[in-house]
Amino acid sequence: MRRILITGATSAIAQEAAKHFAADGDAFFLVGRDPDKLAAVADDLRARGANEVASAVVDLLDLPRCSQLIDDAVEQLGGLDTLLVAQGTLPDQAECEVDPALSLREFSLNAMGPIALLIRAAAHFETQGSGCLAVITSMAGVRGRRSNYVYGAAKAAVSTFLEGLRSRMGDAGVSVVDIRPGFVDTPMTAHLPKKTLFATAALVGERVYQAMVAGDAVVYTPWFWRWIALVIQLIPRSIFAKLSI
Amino acid sequence: MPSYQSWGRLPKATSSAIHSPYWRSDLAELDLGPSPALPYGLGRSYGDSCLNDGGALIDTSNLSRLIHFDSERGILRAEAGLSFEQLLAVIVPRGWFLPVSPGTQFVTLGGAVANDIHGKNHHRAGTFGCHVRRFELWRSDGSRRECSPDENAELFRATIGGMGLTGLITWVEIQLASIASPSLQMERIRFRSFDEYLALENESSADYEYTVSWVDCMRRGPMRGLFQRANFKNDGTAPSLRDTISSKRGSAGKIRRWLRVPFDMPSFALNSGAVKLFNQSIFQLQRRDRISRSTDYVPFFYPLDGVRDWNRIYGKRGFYQYQFVVPSEAEDGFREILDRISSSRQGSFLVILKKFGKIPSPGLMSFPREGLTLALDFPNRGQTTLDLLDELDRLVGRAGGSVYPAKDARMSAASFQLYYPQWKEFARTIDPRFSSSFWRRVTAGGGQ
Repeated sequence: MRRILITGATSAIAQEAAKHFAADGDAFFLVGRDPDKLAAVADDLRARGANEVASAVVDLLDLPRCSQLIDDAVEQLGGLDTLLVAQGTLPDQAECEVDPALSLREFSLNAMGPIALLIRAAAHFETQGSGCLAVITSMAGVRGRRSNYVYGAAKAAVSTFLEGLRSRMGDAGVSVVDIRPGFVDTPMTAHLPKKTLFATAALVGERVYQAMVAGDAVVYTPWFWRWIALVIQLIPRSIFAKLSI
Repeated sequence: MPSYQSWGRLPKATSSAIHSPYWRSDLAELDLGPSPALPYGLGRSYGDSCLNDGGALIDTSNLSRLIHFDSERGILRAEAGLSFEQLLAVIVPRGWFLPVSPGTQFVTLGGAVANDIHGKNHHRAGTFGCHVRRFELWRSDGSRRECSPDENAELFRATIGGMGLTGLITWVEIQLASIASPSLQMERIRFRSFDEYLALENESSADYEYTVSWVDCMRRGPMRGLFQRANFKNDGTAPSLRDTISSKRGSAGKIRRWLRVPFDMPSFALNSGAVKLFNQSIFQLQRRDRISRSTDYVPFFYPLDGVRDWNRIYGKRGFYQYQFVVPSEAEDGFREILDRISSSRQGSFLVILKKFGKIPSPGLMSFPREGLTLALDFPNRGQTTLDLLDELDRLVGRAGGSVYPAKDARMSAASFQLYYPQWKEFARTIDPRFSSSFWRRVTAGGGQ
C-alpha cells in the first residue's frame, strides 16, 4: 500500500491518476481549495477501493503552509512514500502582462508552491531512502511562447528544479517524475477552442499513474508531444520569436 | 468540439446551448437560460429522445464519480454520468455485475434510468428500474429531491423511463448482481421455425439468466435464427475474479479499440443482396446445431462495442432502429409483422429477438412488458422507409403492442398516444423547463 499526498487533488488529471492508485488499495491525503469538490473526490476514491482517504482544505498560495503539508501527510497516513503535485492554474497571458501582481500570484501557485513542497519532501524522502516525487508540469515549459510565457516560465522553473533534484535523489533511490502533458480537455482549458490535439484527462491520468509506478524521469503525454517538443526545441531563436504560438 | 447527435444520426439537431456541469456542487449555480433543456449522456438513444433541437443540452459526462460502494451487499451509488464501461471496471473485480445490461457499455447510469433499459435477463430480472433503490433529481427551480419507492414516489415512477424530462438525475443508487466469475458458459442453438424458437425460450427461461436470439429477417418462409442462452460460471473452476482481472488491472471493462469504422460507408454497402449474404453467412458459420463454450463477459454482452462508431456503416443518411413489443398472446400479430418486414426487403442484419418476462416495469412510461420484442435497423431510404415503419406502427398497435421511444425518430403523435395512454398523467410530472425533440413531436397538439 502506497501512502500518497496529492496537491491540487480536484484537478481533472489528478482525479484520473488517483483512480488507478485507489484500485491498488492505496491511502491518500488530498489537498485542494474547495471542500465540496474534495469530498466528492474522496468519496469516489473510497468507493474504488482506496484503503484510507484523508483531506485538507488549503490555500496553496500560502507557501509556508505548502511545506508543512508533507508533515501533515506523514502524520495523517502514518508515513509518506508518494507525492503528486497537480496544483496549477492557467492564467490569461494578456492580463498577466498588465498586472504584475497577477503574474507573481500565478508564478507562486504554479512554481513556488510546488518547489516549497518539493524541498520539504526531498528531505523526508531522502532520509527514507525510497519513494516517488511527481509533478505535473507542462509542454508549455519547453520554450517561452508569446501566448503563455508566464505559465510556461513557472512550469519551466519546476522542470529545471526537478532535473536537479532527480540527480540528487538518484543516490537515495527516490524517483523524480516530471510529467509534461500537451493540451488536455479539462475544466482548466474549458474556455479554449478544442483542436484535434486535445487529449482526455482519463488518458493523461492513466499515463501519470504508469509513469509514477515505473519511476520514469520525463514523460510527455500523449506520446507524440515528445516529438513536438523536440521540434520546438530545434527551431532557431530568430524564427521562434516570429511565431505567434 | 464534441458533437451532440443520436446513435442513428438522424434527425439532425442543433442546440442553442450546452451546459456541462463538472461537479454536483456546480448545479447550485446552473442557469438554464431561456430555452428548454434536456440531459444528454452518451447519445446512445437512436432517435430524437436524446436531442433537443433549438434548445439546450445538459452534458452529464463529467458527472461520473462514484459516491459509495458497499461491496459486501453490492449497493452502489454514483453520479448519473458514469458510464457502464467505467462502472464495470470497478465492480467486476470485486464480484459484482450490472443487474441489467443493454448491448453496449457506452450508456450512462442516468440514461439507463431515463429509458428504463432492459437486457438479456429481462425474464429473470425485469428492467433496470427494478434495481434502482433511489436517486436524486435536480429540478429547474433549483430544488433537489431524493426519490425512492417510498419518498417522492410519484417522481420516482415518472423518472424511471421518463426520458430525461422530469429533471436532471444527479446520482443513482442501484443494487448490483453477485457473480462468481467474469466468464459465462454460453450455448448457441440453431432454430428453423417460430415454434422451435418458442420451445427454446420456454425450456430455457427457468435455468438461464440470459437469453437472446438473432433472426434472419431477409428470408421468406419459416423463421430461422440462432438462440443463445448463458449463465455466469459458478462452478468453482473459474479463476478468482481478482486474479483474472488484476493482470489487466484498470482495463477490466476495456474492449479492443483498434476496430473502428473510420468513415461513412457508401450506401451500396448495405443493399439487400449484401445483407442477405451476411445473414446467410452468420447462420451457416455455425456448422453444428448446438455449440457450447466459455466466454468473457465483454464479448458476450457487448459484441458491437469492439467496433467503434459502427453506426457509420449506414452512411451519411443514418438509419432508423425499430423496436417493438407485442403481448405473448398476440402471436399471430407478431408473425404478421415479421412477414411484413421480410417482404419489404429493407431490414438490415442486426435483428434481435427476445421474450420479455412477467416482471412489471416500475416506470410509468417504461417500454418493456410481457411479450415478444424485436429490434432491427433500417437504413434510411427516405420516404420508402418511413412508409414501411408507419405500416409497422399500425400492425403493432393492432396487436396491442408498443414501440420503444429510445429508438424512435419518427413515430406519429397518434401512435405514441395509443401505445402510451398514460402520457397525460406523465406530462404533469415533467419539469416545466425541460423538453426534447421527441417529446414535442409525439405530443404535438396537446403536450407541453
